[in-house]
Amino acid sequence: MSSDPVWPEYDERTRAMVDAMVAAEQRALAARKAKLEDCECKEGMFPTGGRSATRRSFLAVAGGTTLGLAAGGARAAAPPGAIEFPVPDDPTRIQGRPTHDDGGYGTRSQFESEVRWRFPTATKESSWTMTPLESGHGIITPSGLHFERHHGGIPTIDPARHSLIVHGMVDQPMKYTMADLMRFPSVSRFHFIECSGNGLTEWKEPTLKTVQGTHGLTSTSEWTGVPLATILAEAGVQEGAAWVLAEGADAAVMTRSIPLDKCWADAMLAYAQNGEALRPEQGHPLRLLLPGFEGNTHIKWLRRIEVSDAPFMSREETSKYTDLLMGGKARQFSFTMEAKSVITFPSGEMKLPGPGFYEITGLAWSGRGRVRRVEVSTDGGQSWRVASLEGPIMPVCHTRFRIPWRWNGDPAVLQSRCQDETGYVQPTIKQLVEARGLDGGKWGSVYHLNGIQSWGVASDGSVTNVHHYA
Amino acid sequence: MSITMRDAVAKYGPRACVLAVGLGLAGGALAQGSHGGPYGLGTPATAEEIAAWDIDVMPDGRGLPPGEGGYEAGKEVYTEHCLACHGPDLGGVAGTGGGALIGGRGTLASGKPRKTVESYWPYASTLFDFTRRAMPFHAPGSLSDDDVYAVTAYILAEGNIIGRDAVMNAETLPKVVMPNVDGFIPDSRPDVFD
Repeated sequence: MSSDPVWPEYDERTRAMVDAMVAAEQRALAARKAKLEDCECKEGMFPTGGRSATRRSFLAVAGGTTLGLAAGGARAAAPPGAIEFPVPDDPTRIQGRPTHDDGGYGTRSQFESEVRWRFPTATKESSWTMTPLESGHGIITPSGLHFERHHGGIPTIDPARHSLIVHGMVDQPMKYTMADLMRFPSVSRFHFIECSGNGLTEWKEPTLKTVQGTHGLTSTSEWTGVPLATILAEAGVQEGAAWVLAEGADAAVMTRSIPLDKCWADAMLAYAQNGEALRPEQGHPLRLLLPGFEGNTHIKWLRRIEVSDAPFMSREETSKYTDLLMGGKARQFSFTMEAKSVITFPSGEMKLPGPGFYEITGLAWSGRGRVRRVEVSTDGGQSWRVASLEGPIMPVCHTRFRIPWRWNGDPAVLQSRCQDETGYVQPTIKQLVEARGLDGGKWGSVYHLNGIQSWGVASDGSVTNVHHYA
Repeated sequence: MSITMRDAVAKYGPRACVLAVGLGLAGGALAQGSHGGPYGLGTPATAEEIAAWDIDVMPDGRGLPPGEGGYEAGKEVYTEHCLACHGPDLGGVAGTGGGALIGGRGTLASGKPRKTVESYWPYASTLFDFTRRAMPFHAPGSLSDDDVYAVTAYILAEGNIIGRDAVMNAETLPKVVMPNVDGFIPDSRPDVFD
């Protein structure tokens, strides 16, 4: 074991943000605990999951919240996205529900209650929610569980009245309706989007308890749309152009400057997610998709593309989403999300019922391409084993890893680290702090944490968020 | 001279032109549509349509509208529209989401950085642009251009970046030099190697 690192301090505003986040997570966990009071699953492996929750136990949670489903007493009890139905003693002795009684659009089971968790910001319009990675399977995030970050709420936009204007340093400024855009040749690609603030609470010490809290600002979908290169070629980009401004039609009129190279390479104007139109909170009817770039640049509710010779220096690329380093200079246009991985099972707040066989599983991803390898340690980084990767392994996409583990009942520290196809290896948190932040032991940025996550397993099987260095 | 799809392909590889190949068309063989490029979809954007949305302002002053405003008018705008969230001393109000606008100069390397317009923002144009597009939070886009110039002047003067007698307009605003204008560097990652 090396000596403890000199931990930097959060600035005042970040400290307040982290404290509020901790308090909110504690409230959420208390609610989960109440929900599990009468559940026989409470000693099981998935105490945070909704899988085995009874209707009665769910009510304990719903009691304190407004679900917005006032109509019908029974329905009011269903988790978000579900409808409550009576549960027969024997489903083989009674006909099930009539076909198409859902109106033609299905809902999830009333027994599945995992939800996004909202960060307790001062306003609900400028806020974010986190994906429950611990209950996910495979690599796709259900559209309704995709993390969110809004700066001016979620606008309601009629696609029939929405259009995209392309102008600036182009031969012919153009205007496209959604119908126009959907006539262009399209592409579909699987990509993660990750907020560069993912893990912001975890730099200094293990802070949030679950993987939803520590890593829930990343999600993966299949996105379909038109390559931005097609649209730029249509308008004719002029000599000397180097940057593009993307602008949203929300109340923040969100803007980011994007290098023109990225626009030619793989940027997409996406109108579909996981086989259907974008969800409103994901930018319906049109969003920019920039594979591997930090989430804030994937402008939602996209209305305008302006081609220019220089970056526009919008608020989000100067005062926010810049990385203050040692010495007081800040990194700007730090777009790329570097290689990262996390074990989702077992993870924080779970409890292993006893020694024996477990399959450790998790997600790995890189903004620079494909995941090449994931290694897992069960002894806090002293030894590593190569995990198996579930195919297809796609570039800039969550990749599922799995590895068998026989737990002998002794305390353990579980870690994963990944390497992407560029050869880059996921560093430790300590390495990142030393490279970026140690200026008299202090630093100022919370963005772009891609360090190795450690989960401590106690001899009673309980799993907690820890910092640990071999 | 403009960059064509063929140029883009030459520079950036086949991903930029997957669809052209898919159609069995090569750059020069693409028939010109009625508007813009080969597909002929969409309509030319009119000057009026562009002007209605083109609200961005760049550091060199490109995009700044006519109009002007100074400290006293700005103080009135601030008091009416901004003070509730950003505070009487421009220090922010906890619980509202309104951050500190001034102060913190010289703290960026101190280990206890305070990032404000005064201490951190590199360009005055950003203050004008963001205020005009997204503020005040309860009624975004509701201020006149004169009001935005005025409240910009007020905030910059309170931060001791310009004098209280300075008037902000399309001529003067791009000339304001922010204290942290040289505070930003390009992305140098990867910065940790195994």
